[in-house]
Amino acid sequence: MPLFDQLYNFARWLTRNTEEAEDLVQETYVKGLKGFSSFQLGTNFRAWMYRILRNTFLTSRTGLSVTMSVPLDPEQDGPELAVENDTPETILLRRSNSQLVVSAIDDLPVHQREALLLCDVEEMSYQEIAETLSIPVGTVMSRLSRARRTLRDHLGRELQGDEAVKEGKRGIDYGL
Amino acid sequence: MVCESWKANLDTYLDGELPDAETRSFDAHVRACHSCSADALTRVQLKRTIQVAGRRFTPSAEFRRRVRQSIAPKPQRSFGLGWMFAAAVAVILAVGALTSTYVGTRADRGQVFSEIADLHVATLASSSPVDVISTDRHTVKPWFQGKIPFAFNLPELQNSDFSLLGGRMTYLDQTPGAHLIYDVRKHHISVFVFQEQSLRARLDEASLAPKQLSFNIETWTQGGLRYFVIGDASGTDIDGLARLFKSAL
Repeated sequence: MPLFDQLYNFARWLTRNTEEAEDLVQETYVKGLKGFSSFQLGTNFRAWMYRILRNTFLTSRTGLSVTMSVPLDPEQDGPELAVENDTPETILLRRSNSQLVVSAIDDLPVHQREALLLCDVEEMSYQEIAETLSIPVGTVMSRLSRARRTLRDHLGRELQGDEAVKEGKRGIDYGL
Repeated sequence: MVCESWKANLDTYLDGELPDAETRSFDAHVRACHSCSADALTRVQLKRTIQVAGRRFTPSAEFRRRVRQSIAPKPQRSFGLGWMFAAAVAVILAVGALTSTYVGTRADRGQVFSEIADLHVATLASSSPVDVISTDRHTVKPWFQGKIPFAFNLPELQNSDFSLLGGRMTYLDQTPGAHLIYDVRKHHISVFVFQEQSLRARLDEASLAPKQLSFNIETWTQGGLRYFVIGDASGTDIDGLARLFKSAL
């Protein structure tokens, strides 16, 4: 079955639930088979399958509740300024704690999460992501930018928290 | 501050989405600018971390099996299987008939009709009853070109209950002929066409008595060809198809 592992992974990130992810993938394949005649040869099959999955998710109960709770935000915001407080060292430190990154991805709003996963995990081009999510390429860039900024902020906060805890522990250890 | 405009596009650059010319400019700038190169490295590391962390869910083998089953093609009453089902029924009917009537009378009545019935039953029981599958007479008729030493006409079936399923080559007494299969109300009817002169020595009216073996059969000669129409369909249907053939131009 083409794309099975990838679709499941994506579904699991969207739904945050194993059973719902399985239902979503199964429905995606059934719909894909039924509607295969509508797939235009020469167009992007991967984007087509992901689009079915995502549209199915958006019409599911979980999908509806998630999208209803997403605040309306301007998609085309201004250019993002670089975050200067990140260093390779801190990122390497974070890599050693992938659960931290998992948690940060999981906390992203669904529109940012899906864009980020399609870009960095599925390595789709902006154009493919745009086709999958049925949004303009500019909106893809905007969502990616927001997702990464949110992620970095999240990780920064977590790290600061960790450092504060460590400092506190050190103070206790030294009897301060 | 000078680098802010560069950094605004750093993610796009790292995603490989900048136009070639801009990418080359970026390459040169990042190599020369310590701040931007450090930032780029940071972001690449983060991208890789996301990639690793993002691939954390794997479907279970049980789920994979379930989906595979759910999308596996279901058996359909398609032409092929429907045909096999009909063929099985025909064989059962034929075997019943053969054991009760046919075996006892075969030796007495000449062999031609018996052999035609054999050909009809054996073909329907075959996993590939026809060699040319088509409902279009303009496809089936040319298929016989070069395979049999004569030509024949197939009737137009529009506004009739008959439909052509296809055809195959056949042999009767070492004589090549055409075997066509038609469908009418879920009954299959065989039409055999041979050269009359090849079979004349073996044919006599006594051996062609209709309504043998529980099959209905009709036979006639036309244009030097011998036609047989046989099947378990009603006599009216057999006669109807025979008439269509007789009037085929």
